[in-house]
Amino acid sequence: MLLGATAAIMVAMVLMLVRAFIGPSNYDRILAANSFGTKVVLFIAVIGYLFGRPAYLDIAIVYALINFVTTIALMKFFRYRSLQASLSHRRVGEEARDG
Amino acid sequence: MADVLFWIDQLGMALALAGGILSVIGSLGVLRFPDLYTRLHAASITDTGAATLMLFGLALMAGFSQEALKLLIAWAFVMLTSPTASHALANAAWSSGQKPKLGAFSLMSGKREPAEADTASGEKGGAP
Amino acid sequence: MTEYAPHLDTNTIVNFGLLAMLLAVLVAIVRTRSLLAAVLLMGIYSLISAVWFVVLDAADVAFTEAVVGAGVSTAFLLGAILLTRTESLTKRWQDMVMPGLVCVGAGVLLFYAALDLPLFGDPSAPANAHVGRFYIEETKNDVGVPNIVTAVLASYRGFDTLGETIVVFAGGIGVALMLGFGERSMGDLPPALRSPVMEALAESDHHVVLRSVAKLLIPIIALYAFYVQFHGEVGAGGGFQAGVIFAVAVILHALIFGLADTMDAIPPELARAFAALGVLLYSGVGVINMINGGNFLDYDHLFPLAFEAGLPGSHLSGGYHHWGQHFGIIIIELGVLFTVAATMIAMFYAFAGRAADVVGEGARG
Repeated sequence: MLLGATAAIMVAMVLMLVRAFIGPSNYDRILAANSFGTKVVLFIAVIGYLFGRPAYLDIAIVYALINFVTTIALMKFFRYRSLQASLSHRRVGEEARDG
Repeated sequence: MADVLFWIDQLGMALALAGGILSVIGSLGVLRFPDLYTRLHAASITDTGAATLMLFGLALMAGFSQEALKLLIAWAFVMLTSPTASHALANAAWSSGQKPKLGAFSLMSGKREPAEADTASGEKGGAP
Repeated sequence: MTEYAPHLDTNTIVNFGLLAMLLAVLVAIVRTRSLLAAVLLMGIYSLISAVWFVVLDAADVAFTEAVVGAGVSTAFLLGAILLTRTESLTKRWQDMVMPGLVCVGAGVLLFYAALDLPLFGDPSAPANAHVGRFYIEETKNDVGVPNIVTAVLASYRGFDTLGETIVVFAGGIGVALMLGFGERSMGDLPPALRSPVMEALAESDHHVVLRSVAKLLIPIIALYAFYVQFHGEVGAGGGFQAGVIFAVAVILHALIFGLADTMDAIPPELARAFAALGVLLYSGVGVINMINGGNFLDYDHLFPLAFEAGLPGSHLSGGYHHWGQHFGIIIIELGVLFTVAATMIAMFYAFAGRAADVVGEGARG
């Protein structure tokens, strides 16, 4: 059954790749990449059990974290064309300086 | 007692398999749905659902151990990051001018019925 | 020794599936004109190759590929695109003939060389039969850490790792020479080049969810970096991976709360100092060994022999603890952590600090 789960995740990964290839917009591509990352987490977890190496879980955890940062970086870049802009409201000190 | 452990193992495997199948269904949705927002909903719902099924299934197989704890940590991170990323993505796409396709459309062809006026912005989201 | 015969099992099938995916992504990267899509696909490429490393049972390499390939390199490539354009130029076919010939020639040579390689998993292959076997058999006696990869990386091949650390450091200096350490680009850039429209837009949108989750996640990621750091002796991981993960936490902070806030928390001067401190720490351990009468980076001499023999469970008095090796590895891993994390942070400052010089290109998807 674990073999079936592995195969299913691989099929899902391939389908997600197709969406990443055809787009059409860049947001579709980010969506596909993010979802692909989640499937990679699941794939590594289940592969660890299939091959009897639970130590792989460390890598799965790190993916779950890194994937988020990548998605946010891509999203922010596509939307604002900047990596340095703040997504929070202007700080008090800056307001005084600019005003 | 060994019998119980065997069935718990089987249950865990079944949950993992269910998670795998759910993620295939979600990917099919991402491939077939007509616009970004419907695809987003297919991807985000099935991602968290599949992660829950699969990681909890594996945790059942692992029993009361360090691996089970790590699986639960991975699950918590996925549950925290995946919906947030989807939300941020939808937010960015909406505010950059991507409009959802509204009205009746044929699921088979992916095209909207010709009677509707074309308001979908399609591929390019222009600067607001 | 019996002849090794390749056979078709689950592992092989998964391998082929992943390699097919890699090939498909590669073709897509080559074919796309949009550099942004190419960056995104590169991230997916790294993900798949890291999964492939996992399947090949190379957990440490997979870890590195995961954090470097899928994590920071995406951020760096986006920063690089900030300084150029978002579409690649179309070339005339006449310009592509010579590079094409070179590529095909190199490919044919590689395939020719691959015929001589031993089969995958062949136990009589040179890598498995000689040096690999030596490491597996002797690590317990020589170094005494459970993770053989760490033993090879930090002790047997300490020179290589020192070289790699210096390469990372030198790369950071190279980026800094071209783009500055970040403070130059932030401070001196005229306001016209800081794309104020986009900054105002970023501040006016609602990002409450993003900020709350990021506030929760940043300390967890940093904590995880230290888990990876100190767990490296036992499981997969080590200073390099931990450094990158820590840098990812800082990058997330910069993405959400703005580069100016991050520079308040971790000033570029601090990053610069820690990058140098790491290399100093690493080579300092080597020099201490020399002072105590050993070779450079020979951790058995990290403590004077008389002192080491007096430690509880020391191998010199019949125990199994190599205290010099333990402490040597921990200290050099700390040096690697400092250098890698600080260099990555400084490089991100340098790239992200530059605003889009071509403001007119605006937010076109």
